[in-house]
Amino acid sequence: MPLLKIENLSKSFGGLKAVSNLNINIEKGELIGLIGPNGAGKTTLFNILTGVYEKTEGKMTFMDRDVSGLKPYQVTQRGMARTFQNIRLFDDLSVIDNVKVAYHQRTAYSTFSALLRLPSYFSGEEEMQRKAMDLLKIFNLDDKAEETAKNLPYGEQRRLEIARALATDPKLLLLDEPAAGMNPQETHDLMNLIRWIREKFNLTILLIEHDMALVMGVCERIYVLDYGMIIAQGAPDEIKRNPKVIEAYLGEEVV
Amino acid sequence: MRNWFNRKNIVSLLGIVLLYAVVQGLIVFDIMPPFYKLTLILICIYIILSTSLNLINGITGQFSIGHAGFMAVGAYVSAMVTVIMHGPLLLGLFAGAVVSALAGLIVGLPTLRLKGDYLAIATLGFGEIVRIVFLNMDFVGGAAGFTLPSKITWTWAFLLMVVSVILIKNFVGSTHGRACISIRENEIAAESMGINTTKYKVMAFTIGAFFAGLAGGIYANYMYIIQPGTFSFLKSFDILVMVVLGGLGSISGGIVGAIVYTLISALLAGIPEWRLVITAVFLVVMMIFRPTGIMGTKEFGLSFLRKKDDKNAASKN
Repeated sequence: MPLLKIENLSKSFGGLKAVSNLNINIEKGELIGLIGPNGAGKTTLFNILTGVYEKTEGKMTFMDRDVSGLKPYQVTQRGMARTFQNIRLFDDLSVIDNVKVAYHQRTAYSTFSALLRLPSYFSGEEEMQRKAMDLLKIFNLDDKAEETAKNLPYGEQRRLEIARALATDPKLLLLDEPAAGMNPQETHDLMNLIRWIREKFNLTILLIEHDMALVMGVCERIYVLDYGMIIAQGAPDEIKRNPKVIEAYLGEEVV
Repeated sequence: MRNWFNRKNIVSLLGIVLLYAVVQGLIVFDIMPPFYKLTLILICIYIILSTSLNLINGITGQFSIGHAGFMAVGAYVSAMVTVIMHGPLLLGLFAGAVVSALAGLIVGLPTLRLKGDYLAIATLGFGEIVRIVFLNMDFVGGAAGFTLPSKITWTWAFLLMVVSVILIKNFVGSTHGRACISIRENEIAAESMGINTTKYKVMAFTIGAFFAGLAGGIYANYMYIIQPGTFSFLKSFDILVMVVLGGLGSISGGIVGAIVYTLISALLAGIPEWRLVITAVFLVVMMIFRPTGIMGTKEFGLSFLRKKDDKNAASKN
């Protein structure tokens, strides 16, 4: 049984079919790429998966359970975490507080003990502080823990967003254009980071990306989306040679 | 328990006790003129109101403008308990706060699920409905008002204010408070980090309503008389102004805002025809030169004491 199984998934906005009849299977531990031209429906698919949009038709099974109709926070509690195409950090919170918010659902002590500062408040906060610090160390952000998130440089904001998503303890991580706006060196570092967190956290990753070097470099399997439909799937080498993909997306220069 | 008694908390506690003792001394030895005492107790009431509204508007980022409505619920319910049912003062205050929190829950549940300005509209409407309901309830005096004995002393007002502020501060400083702040910062991101945003918006709103009800109860049991007209939307805006003046999202800002605004009103009490004009000019100037409020989102800190604590701990290790 695959970790995530999407069957005949469709979503319409009025008369526009944003995605139609998608069938995607993701096995545990895979690193899958999702590519396609602008407006192909990639982010829409993420939004349907995470409960931001409601599907029009189809079925989504995640860890053997139907996840359609859930609210975004319920999807996250089931073990699916995401990052955003346009970074959505908690700008005015410190770096470490950004991560602590993500730990909330797993380590929350009661409101009552928060109000009265009972011992469980102190132990809960200590545990969160320790976990969050450990995670920031992995992402090389520990020396900036007390800085305000919006003051971080762009690349570090992207890293913090991934760290924050990992703090929710996901089984499946959805990355929406993590390399957007990065220079080649940063993209290269990101590639290594993505590979490494997959091993370290035992993750399955679904990645939307425009940067071909990144997608071809790290993904084992790629789905190509165009006008809301899957036009090709397979290993990076097959995708590179697929004439449909070249026509729809990669253009002639790549060949 | 050891976590309670760090240097910062002890210094704060000493400051609070000292402040209380000085004012209490002035009252006991009859040095304090009654008008000053009235102002000080009003400041305590307004600090509870502005801090609790700050929890909703500043911390959680929802826009509520019906705080006087919750204050009215607390005032009238506590008056009914203490006068009509001859209950003890504390029971009256508590009952007022609880009923007010229930009212908050009923208003908040349907409206906070929606995104946008629905809460502002609903709370504005709620405030007016509450006022008109009490206006038409004859057994609480209608428009003429409801008279009750003044049982609130400086000690009660100050103690209840300190407890309220500490409880709200504890909430904000916890993981639940962080969840509320994350909603203000980015609701979509908060939701996708596993925060049940509706739950936390309703929770903040209900806690805010609870303390507004408590403040209303203190007000009623101090002022000898309560009238529905006191709790009009102008009162709601007074409280909102205090929060914005002090700094949205800062607990100490709410306190400073309540003190400054109440003092301005008190200073201008001799020239009532100019009071609103001068206050308005002050606010306009304030918003031009410091649009984030007196404190911004910063907190008044004794944090330098905390650092010393940390250093001590570090040197011991």
